[in-house]
Amino acid sequence: MTFGAEFKEGFKLSLAALMANKARAVLTMLGIIIGIISVTMMGAAIEGLTRAFNNSISAIGADVLYIQKWPWMSGDEWWKYRNRRNIKPEYADIVKKEARLAAAVAPTVARIGTVKYQNKVASSVFVEGTTADYAYVTNMSFDEGRFFTAVESRGDRPLVVLGGDVANQLFPNQNPDGKIIQINGLSFRVIGVRSKQGSFLGMFSLDNQVMIPLGQFERIYGTHFQATINVRVVNQKEMDNAKEELRGIMRKIRGLSPYQEDDFSINQQDMLTNAFNKIAGIIGAVGIFVTALSLFVGGIGIMNIMFVSVTERTKEIGIRKALGARRQTILVQFLIESTLICLAGGLVGLGISYPLSMLVDKFLPTSMPISLAILGIMISLAVGVISGIIPALRASKLDPVEALRYE
Amino acid sequence: MNVIELVKVNKIYDMGAEVQVQALKDISIGIEKGEYVAIMGPSGSGKTTLMNVIGCLDTPSSGLYLFDGVNVSEMDDNELAKIRNRGIGFVFQTFNLIPRSDALHNVELPLIYSGVPVSERRDRAKKVLEMVGLGDRIHHKPNELSGGQRQRVAIARALINDPAIILADEPTGNLDSKTGDEIMIFLEELHKKGNTIILVTHEEYIAEHARRIIRIRDGMIESDLSIEKNGKVKAPYAAEKVSEGSGGQK
Ligand SMILES: Nc1ncnc2c1ncn2[C@@H]1O[C@H](COP(=O)(O)OP(=O)(O)OP(=O)(O)O)[C@@H](O)[C@H]1O
Ligand SMILES: [Mg+2]
Repeated sequence: MTFGAEFKEGFKLSLAALMANKARAVLTMLGIIIGIISVTMMGAAIEGLTRAFNNSISAIGADVLYIQKWPWMSGDEWWKYRNRRNIKPEYADIVKKEARLAAAVAPTVARIGTVKYQNKVASSVFVEGTTADYAYVTNMSFDEGRFFTAVESRGDRPLVVLGGDVANQLFPNQNPDGKIIQINGLSFRVIGVRSKQGSFLGMFSLDNQVMIPLGQFERIYGTHFQATINVRVVNQKEMDNAKEELRGIMRKIRGLSPYQEDDFSINQQDMLTNAFNKIAGIIGAVGIFVTALSLFVGGIGIMNIMFVSVTERTKEIGIRKALGARRQTILVQFLIESTLICLAGGLVGLGISYPLSMLVDKFLPTSMPISLAILGIMISLAVGVISGIIPALRASKLDPVEALRYE
Repeated sequence: MNVIELVKVNKIYDMGAEVQVQALKDISIGIEKGEYVAIMGPSGSGKTTLMNVIGCLDTPSSGLYLFDGVNVSEMDDNELAKIRNRGIGFVFQTFNLIPRSDALHNVELPLIYSGVPVSERRDRAKKVLEMVGLGDRIHHKPNELSGGQRQRVAIARALINDPAIILADEPTGNLDSKTGDEIMIFLEELHKKGNTIILVTHEEYIAEHARRIIRIRDGMIESDLSIEKNGKVKAPYAAEKVSEGSGGQK
């Protein structure tokens, strides 16, 4: 008997055996179903978050250092940084002059404000003040117009660059270019509209902002704001060196003595990526734990039911052996049966988790790639084989005389 | 040449605690192709054990067993499975059909294990089922058949691979006497066609269908007689045959 024929026969037999005990098979599948749902849902969540994160993180350049009062991801030590002095926008000029490894330096200050055009109002908009150099710190692209020039920026001209959302809100069906808008009551002329960047981790929109020259910002809001000094490093390989260089410059600016700690933070994308990887790692670990647990329980359940199945069919195994079935034939038959149960469980699990992931996607970014579905199927096959092997071996080793005598 | 050759075969069951049951003691039998043999003896005398050894379901504890000239005592599981599949047709007292499968599939089983392609085994199974008079019942499951019909399915299954011998352990034991007679007539016909049949029975009138009766008691051969066609008992059978056979093996 060839393996192919053995397989086919085993498949038919197993199918018949499962059909004869549908309710039992379905109950047995539960563990596998849950296991597969959890593995695919966790996978989808991680995959989705990663994708969303990677989309968002590109807004924070990988080659940009951010000098700020607060470190990102400070955890519960925030109180340590509370009393630090403010970072002033003027530092940017000093950094620009002294930092050899800086390709571009621009300060930013931000505040939430209200923007109006005629009778249209956009509230809770990020109003950001910066200099023309900002265009060289990040890669900005424009749907309309341009960023302000060095001359315009130095002259603190009342010009504004709109984020995509704000532009849509104020100018639903006309070109904003050249229009005069009001920010907190002061007039600004629109010179550009930035392309949409989407939302950061699905949490807040990066397009709900407007950018004005620094001096204009100070005119509206005053000068007592936290600034961020954005520094693009000449080469991503020089990030660490650049960081050290900036640290030296900043310590000098702040007039720190050698035994004083830094009273500023130099942030970079890495920190977010690391933090994210940590979160993804935790989700992954929890997912693997839940999955492993349910697959383990499911596998034990299947092993148990296979033992029952073997015992129930002891006589049948004896008959088959008397008629010339080899050990291997019996083994394959029972292995196929356990694998079929698991495969069916896996498919049901996928059938549930796929629409579920679409539903969750409405609240949290999730995405289930085909590789995850294939992984799910592979896992269920593996569980089927692993949990079926011992009962199948037992069946195959039954003594034909004993088995025939079994009632 | 004898198709079955047992030489000083013993079967001992270890019951643990140093208790042993010797189910077969120094059994020596030679059976030729085309013989029709009945094995008789009281309950517990070792008839089924002997059949199991002959049928390669069980291996002797000691002694020599040649099936068709091949030493079976030294075979591994797969080789034994092959002999059971091609060389031996079993008919059991309790029919031993697979309950979930229909008559056709039950009869097909040995062919599946010998790797015969689907269409051929269907045809052959149908033919044999027609031969045993069940051509109109091929898609019935065992529980949809009468006892006699079930035993005929079992006989069809035993015949399908054209085995060297047919082993029937009390084939009429679970049937009423009329149905039992039908089955015996059937075996009679098979014998006439040249099949070798070994039959276990408690009933003298069943045993009389055979041409040779081996009586065993306490695991030993008590007598081994051949019967003339007219029913008269001929002289002791095996004595000279076996001693002649046990000489020149291997
Ligand atoms: N698996 C076993 N373990 C222990 N002893 C066994 C086993 N099988 C059979 N025996 C013993 O071997 C002896 C012969 O049993 P066997 O089944 O061959 O008898 P039998 O002649 O077929 O009886 P019956 O006419 O009742 O079917 C009995 O004493 C039985 O108890
Ligand atoms: Mg018996």
